[in-house]
Amino acid sequence: MTKIKYRNMINNIALKLRLSGNTISKLRSTGGQSASAMIIGQYRAYKYSKMLMLLAVLIFCLIFFAVDIALGPYDLDFIKVYQLIFSRLFDWDQDMTTPMLVVWNLRMPRVLEALIAGIGLAMAGAAMQSMMKNPLADPYTTGISSGAALGATLAIVMGITLIPGGLGTVFNAFVFALLPAGFIILLSTVRKPSPAMIILSGISLMYIFNAVQSYIMLIANPDAAAAVYTWTVGSLNTAKWANIPYLLEFSLIGGIVLMYMARVLNTMNSGDAYAKSIGINVERARIIVLVTISLIAAGIVSFTGVIGFIGLVGPHIARMFVGSDNKILIPAAGLMGAAVMLLADSLVQIVGTNVPIGVVTSLLGGPVFMFLILRQKKEVW
Amino acid sequence: MAVHIKAEDLGASYGDNVIWEHINLDINEPGLISILGPNGVGKSTFMYTINKILEPSSGRILLDGTDVLELGYKDIAKKVAYVPQASGETFAMTVMDTVLMGRYPHSGYSVTQEDLEIAADCLQKMHMGEFALRNFNELSAGQHQRVMIARGLAQQPDLLMLDEPTSNLDIYHQIYTMRLLRDIAHERNMTVLIICHDLNIASRFSDRVIVFRKGSVYADGTAQEVLTEDTIFNVYNVKADIQMVDGRPYVIFHADDSIDDPDFQCGVVDTVSKEDLQEADPMDE
Repeated sequence: MTKIKYRNMINNIALKLRLSGNTISKLRSTGGQSASAMIIGQYRAYKYSKMLMLLAVLIFCLIFFAVDIALGPYDLDFIKVYQLIFSRLFDWDQDMTTPMLVVWNLRMPRVLEALIAGIGLAMAGAAMQSMMKNPLADPYTTGISSGAALGATLAIVMGITLIPGGLGTVFNAFVFALLPAGFIILLSTVRKPSPAMIILSGISLMYIFNAVQSYIMLIANPDAAAAVYTWTVGSLNTAKWANIPYLLEFSLIGGIVLMYMARVLNTMNSGDAYAKSIGINVERARIIVLVTISLIAAGIVSFTGVIGFIGLVGPHIARMFVGSDNKILIPAAGLMGAAVMLLADSLVQIVGTNVPIGVVTSLLGGPVFMFLILRQKKEVW
Repeated sequence: MAVHIKAEDLGASYGDNVIWEHINLDINEPGLISILGPNGVGKSTFMYTINKILEPSSGRILLDGTDVLELGYKDIAKKVAYVPQASGETFAMTVMDTVLMGRYPHSGYSVTQEDLEIAADCLQKMHMGEFALRNFNELSAGQHQRVMIARGLAQQPDLLMLDEPTSNLDIYHQIYTMRLLRDIAHERNMTVLIICHDLNIASRFSDRVIVFRKGSVYADGTAQEVLTEDTIFNVYNVKADIQMVDGRPYVIFHADDSIDDPDFQCGVVDTVSKEDLQEADPMDE
């Protein structure tokens, strides 16, 4: 009964709205508001609705964040976790108990790393897709992931690091991940950096990196090879507070640059000739975006290992909700990437922490993405 | 204000393949100017050299006395707008967002009320107001073209270049668009340069007609001066009859008698391979 009552109520409201809509349009056609003003009004309302969508994604992201932090192998109930967090926040200098150490020094960095990596990878993915005009592009398209993997392999198996000390592997991965971007910049002095050229040079570099890495793996001892393999699939198990500032730096600065380039990315989607005709130095813009994406992705990959799928799927899911205007898409993609990442990490914590997050993002993201593609009615691509 | 375009001994090539050389043209009057000619003679290429999409291989092109190569892309964009023939958008935005792109050279990061008003106005001029919030990819080819023309108008240029603006339009919108472009050119005292394959549409509306033939400019003048049976035969290898309608030449073709030699391909620059064009053609990705 109550169901019917509510349905009637909703119908009534809808009817009233429709009537008032009619009256307004009648009033408009007899004078007052011009047709242009109406288009502008509708356009503003449309943009406003997209901003609401962005807000909704942000809320989603926060919920997943809140859930994820309460999960972990150490047995703590949900409320206790928050008690510990707030108790630390209000009394920073107190002695740390074991549960508090678990929450503050293990879970917090892990969840923050998931959040920042998700945001960074998905923003970079959105920008890469727009720049390449290719829905298959992701932050690793230029060969960043295989470069990073080779750098890490050299460090783990052969002990060849560019800098000594604990950050040796990370720094190796970072530098090798940036090699493809450097290579493309070198090439661009000879030829225009077209999307096809960028993708093809990325693929050729990927094969070269993979070949060298495979050979090193073959001659390596099994323990080292296993360590490399674990690194390659990506994991948040090594997360610690010391990593966070680096990750934040790359994602934050990169994100600001990409947001600044959003309008340019929008126009590049209409083709190089048109973009040039409205005053964009396409080659230069492409290099700026490419370097930014590479820095974000390399920064993240070198700490977390290769976490796939987020950079590809985050932007696409966001696109379904907010459309393809990069000004809204880039932040929305970032938040969506973070949400997927946090959800995947929650699952990892439930299933068992020995499952790498890279595996879960793909296993979880694949079917969800497939479902969204199949059920959507409007053409987004 | 109309822009003074001057091509001095201009040449263009894609790689080693010369499209044309030693072209001298002076366009210094407002109005609707049509560029005619067979496929592949470099009509679009001429447009590309005007707004620096393609750098000339020899000679130079001057906009109001300044070599375009010395101008930044944005400086050119404030004066010159370009409407491509087709647009392959991978990730399309709404029609309104697409038209607002045309405001790029004039506006800052955020869209102003003035930008919105200009864009809405241009959309309505092209009868696309009701599609403002549709996704650009959901439109038909003709509607695409109308949105792109609106986008070109929204740029408020002194020189508007359109590459076959009427190729996908229905007959109503062909006439409507050409009349609109001609009237805008006259009212705003600006130059509208179009590439056209419909000789009669060009004849009806153009103030000046420039005909390209393989490697050079063949004829330049008013429609009455240029569109003659000789020109059409020499340029297109097509026999046509000309009648005067409303004081302008009207070209009549015959289904079976207009083409003698079915193997003759006019205007094709035979040495250009597809790969060469793709490499150098900025329209390609």
